[in-house]
Amino acid sequence: MEYPSKLIEEAVNEVSKLPGIGKKTALRLVLHLIKETEHQTFALTEALNKLRKNIRYCNTCFNISDNEECAICTSHRRDKSIVCVVEESKDVMAIENTAQYTGVYHVLGGVISPIQGVGPGDLQIESLVLRVSKSTEIKEIILALNPTMEGDTTSFYLNRKLQGLPVKVTSIARGVPVGGDLEYADEITLGRSITARTLFH
Amino acid sequence: MFLQQLYLFNFRNIEEARLSFADRIICLLGKNGSGKTTVLDAIHYLSFTKSAVNPADAQNIRHGEQQFVIRGKFQEQETTTEVTCAYTTGQKKIINEDGRDYAKFSDHVGKYPVVMIAPQDIELIWDGSELRRKFVDSVLSQLDKTYLENLIVYTYQLKQRNSLLKSFAEAGRVDQDLLASYDHRLVPAAHYIFEARANFLKFFIPFFRDQYRYLVGDVGEEVSIEYQSDLRDKDFATLLSQNLQRDVLLQRTTTGIHRDDFDFRINGFELKRHGSQGQQKSFLIALKLAEFQAIAEKKKFKPILLLDDIFDKLDDERIHQLMRLVAQGQFGQLLITDARADRTLQIMETEKLNATIFRVENGKVTNG
Ligand SMILES: [Zn+2]
Repeated sequence: MEYPSKLIEEAVNEVSKLPGIGKKTALRLVLHLIKETEHQTFALTEALNKLRKNIRYCNTCFNISDNEECAICTSHRRDKSIVCVVEESKDVMAIENTAQYTGVYHVLGGVISPIQGVGPGDLQIESLVLRVSKSTEIKEIILALNPTMEGDTTSFYLNRKLQGLPVKVTSIARGVPVGGDLEYADEITLGRSITARTLFH
Repeated sequence: MFLQQLYLFNFRNIEEARLSFADRIICLLGKNGSGKTTVLDAIHYLSFTKSAVNPADAQNIRHGEQQFVIRGKFQEQETTTEVTCAYTTGQKKIINEDGRDYAKFSDHVGKYPVVMIAPQDIELIWDGSELRRKFVDSVLSQLDKTYLENLIVYTYQLKQRNSLLKSFAEAGRVDQDLLASYDHRLVPAAHYIFEARANFLKFFIPFFRDQYRYLVGDVGEEVSIEYQSDLRDKDFATLLSQNLQRDVLLQRTTTGIHRDDFDFRINGFELKRHGSQGQQKSFLIALKLAEFQAIAEKKKFKPILLLDDIFDKLDDERIHQLMRLVAQGQFGQLLITDARADRTLQIMETEKLNATIFRVENGKVTNG
């Protein structure tokens, strides 16, 4: 596409790198931004800058957090004896939305996939094993990874790594649609699958 | 199974085509490269959710365009269904039946079975084992959904395992737990596939021998297909652990059903070396006709038969035998392409067959 300005072109290129946004949508967004007041655009860039500079991960569960420890890990109402292992922070949000789960989390940051160059060392796996072995509280680990082949492999690997530690390893009942992300599972099925979990085998 | 209507949009070299098929026999006549094979490939696509010619969807979009669409209206008994395949550059392809998108394409494969006979079938004899496995896989996938699912799991996890072996070489150490995480899925999938392939051959060979005998007559030629597999004598878990060191060294999985082969034999000898050209051609046609029969037997309805440019490769006797089967009503719907219009029209007349004729020229398909 021919753009009337180099500035527009650069902005479109950057915006279209975002997932799910093609060049056409990016152009529409960019044209919208320059129609707005300067103040509004700078409010957006300021928010993004702050986000990028200050975003942190909880030292315990590696969920996105404003502080060293996230609100879930520091809450006295959460049951610290159960740890639910998920792929990403968005999965924490999906499970929190069900209001069915009162334990804490551990966010891996992805799944093992050698094709994509992701090995166990790139994920929060060692930290999970360490967290379990150092804790006297943790009684149960729930594996709640997405029902994909990578999720399955990663669950199997985690179960092996947790063997020998005094915890029960369970996985969520797959009421979750096959091939679907946890994020898209509706809240009722997801909530039910967390309560009706089974021993991992 | 009967294809009533076919719609193509920007698929390979066809810009747009809307075809209605009233007859059982449909002939697509036109020069090589005119687009007649594209029409057959579109039907193959509707059946297998992929092209027989080019597996890369991005390259199946007509040059300079962004999207292709293929739509077919199928009839079986009293029911008609509409299948749509659409692919847009940079997006996930869509396979849709009567307005509902499939989450898994493996749920679609086998519902609209197709058997294709094409000149490149000769590669089944001449090429490596991969094509022979693909042939068996494509028949089995249409008959057994669990087979296809296991094949998808095996192929994908094997690719992961091979990448893992490479990363072991780079890191200089082996993570046994991680290897086991792949093997625990590969092992049952491999055993399912092995059993299914072995059982399939037992079921398939009688059909195949019948067809061969029909084609060449009772001349005492014995044809066979022998299944070779690493899993024949040992279970896969044992094989994997025995070959671990070699796998790590070579950075790939050196044993498994991805190395299976199907030996084509005539009178006990290798067909590739000892079979005459005529015997090889008869072998291939018998193979495809047996595929047709095997699917028809299991599905209780006849697949659509696609004959791509085969009159060029066959002698008059074999063409006549094939057309006699057509005339006897052995097949259901049949689509034939030919570069020589006069030849096909002549054959239709000699065999007294009614056919719908389409002319194909520069990607345009016209009736008559
Ligand atoms: Zn936390």
